[in-house]
Amino acid sequence: MSEIKIKIENLYKIFGSRPREYTDIVRDGVDKDELLSKYNHVLGLDNISLDIKEHSIQVVMGLSGSGKSTLIRHINRLIEPTEGTVTVDGEDITKLNKMDLLEFRRNKTGMVFQRFALFPHQNILDNVQFGLSIKNLDKSDSIERAMYWIEKVGLTGFENKFPNQLSGGMQQRVGLARALATDPDILLMDEAFSALDPLIRTDMQDQLLDLQKNLNKTIMFITHDLDEALKLGDRIAILNGGKLVQDGNAEEILLKPADQYVANFVKDVNRIKVLKIKTILDQGGERTNSNPTVNVNDSIENCLPAILESQSGLNVIDEKNNFVGSVSKNKIIDILQKSND
Amino acid sequence: MNFTEFFISFPEMSKESLRLFKKSLDGAYRNFSREYGDTIEAVFDPVLYFLVWFEKILQNSPWPIVIIVFLLLIYYGSRSVALTISSLIAFLLIGYFGMWDDTMSTVSIIGVCTLMSIGLGIPIGILMSGSDRARAAITPILDIMQTMPSFVYLIPVVMLLGIGKIPGLLAVIIYAIPPIIRLTDLGIREVNKEVLEAADAFGANRTQKLFRVQLPLALPTIFAGINQTIMMALAMVVIASMIGVKGLGQPVLKAITNQYFTMGLLNGLAIVALAIIFDRVSQSFGKRMQQYRAGANE
Repeated sequence: MSEIKIKIENLYKIFGSRPREYTDIVRDGVDKDELLSKYNHVLGLDNISLDIKEHSIQVVMGLSGSGKSTLIRHINRLIEPTEGTVTVDGEDITKLNKMDLLEFRRNKTGMVFQRFALFPHQNILDNVQFGLSIKNLDKSDSIERAMYWIEKVGLTGFENKFPNQLSGGMQQRVGLARALATDPDILLMDEAFSALDPLIRTDMQDQLLDLQKNLNKTIMFITHDLDEALKLGDRIAILNGGKLVQDGNAEEILLKPADQYVANFVKDVNRIKVLKIKTILDQGGERTNSNPTVNVNDSIENCLPAILESQSGLNVIDEKNNFVGSVSKNKIIDILQKSND
Repeated sequence: MNFTEFFISFPEMSKESLRLFKKSLDGAYRNFSREYGDTIEAVFDPVLYFLVWFEKILQNSPWPIVIIVFLLLIYYGSRSVALTISSLIAFLLIGYFGMWDDTMSTVSIIGVCTLMSIGLGIPIGILMSGSDRARAAITPILDIMQTMPSFVYLIPVVMLLGIGKIPGLLAVIIYAIPPIIRLTDLGIREVNKEVLEAADAFGANRTQKLFRVQLPLALPTIFAGINQTIMMALAMVVIASMIGVKGLGQPVLKAITNQYFTMGLLNGLAIVALAIIFDRVSQSFGKRMQQYRAGANE
């Protein structure tokens, strides 16, 4: 399950006329602002190393200008690194020649863009087919596959419409279908849902999680929205000024922020909604029959009614209904108080 | 030469050296055209055959058939009944006033010039859009082609190829090709960067990007260029007639030299009628190609 699919090692990206000359001083600790004001070069990525596990959703989060869109474009080399390597399935893609890079993009990765980037002159069917037609696959076969994905994202009947006849949410579903149609292992989503209004965004997040249950793709998801990150991410990496400041799961980010930047980021999050019972679980012990029972994967918020009923705490069971531990009432009250700080 | 004189009259080169300069340049070009004139003329032979053949077809086919074919093309291009009927009236009047053959000559040379301009101009425009260096090199040439008075480049063309259809064709193309080159370049450069990035992300190579994304999206702009090219070619008809191109320009030229007001007016109006028909048809055809932008879909 947890093979490493994408390995990013010591990745630097400096934009400007002579980027290579400045990697050394960046390594010596010159930061983004100084590099810009003194040397007129823009620091995109500063020594990023990140392992992304197969079949997981890796969220990359940061404010605008933090380098997150630059980072995702290194996975399919839409942007060339200044230094460092990106290894996919054991192959260093920064060393691929032109032809191999095209093949890599055609077969291994699919990408979804913030502003959809659909082809305005092609109808929905042709848009979804684009990746397949680039590979010169058999026409009827690729139509069949495109139709399958159009149906999967719920756009059957819209095949002959043009992108601008569709709403934003529908357009992004076309974008998603287009990325999935070539059946890539890796799905790169660059702020894919940021341009959508909140209700549709939630909808699309649910749809993505739903699809992912069966697809098991390796997904890199860029966002600046923490709620989205917490909802989707198996792991969340946080970038600031081109540096990776923390990489961890939702609980680690919330409970142990690596620095002030991350702490500010997570300040306003409703912890009890995000944190799951398993993160505050006291493992082992005995079942207390007078206490209610909850699942390890429930959020604390969902267990609040049970907590109000309980005497001293909650019994916790796993997916297979086995007793795994308990949570005391005091601990929950503690967390409730903290999240109101 | 004393100090004040230097500022009062421009220190020009001596009359004698200027004369020598002109003479040697003229002589060199005359030798060049004597040496290679025939070879260069031979290069254009296929174009000449095609032009003559096209003109013959238009002039020798029964006029009702030609009109019907024209009207079908006009309707297919514009989808406008009003324009088709107006064109019919214009053609009938042109024929009735005895200008049919000249009009067919003009249509044939405009047609060939436009086709050649498209055939040459679009690849050059594509080249320019792909390389800033090519663009920097070609843009001043286009500026010269558009601003240099046509009579100036008519001189070397006539020296080289004599008087006739081919020099006329060249003169018209030199004048009319810049818009299609410029607008092809512009259209491709204007293609949305995000859409291009998407094509890259799916592994499209250069050719695939060009033919599946860039050219289709640039097509409306390219079509504006084709429209401009046709209009400029028509504007050159009278000047081209000075070097022996048959068509509506010749009677106009005759009218100028002999002060035949009505003759000039009629032929001038025939050129205007052709211009309006070409313009409206190519514009509405271009507009229909960008239907997807308006979201109109039948």
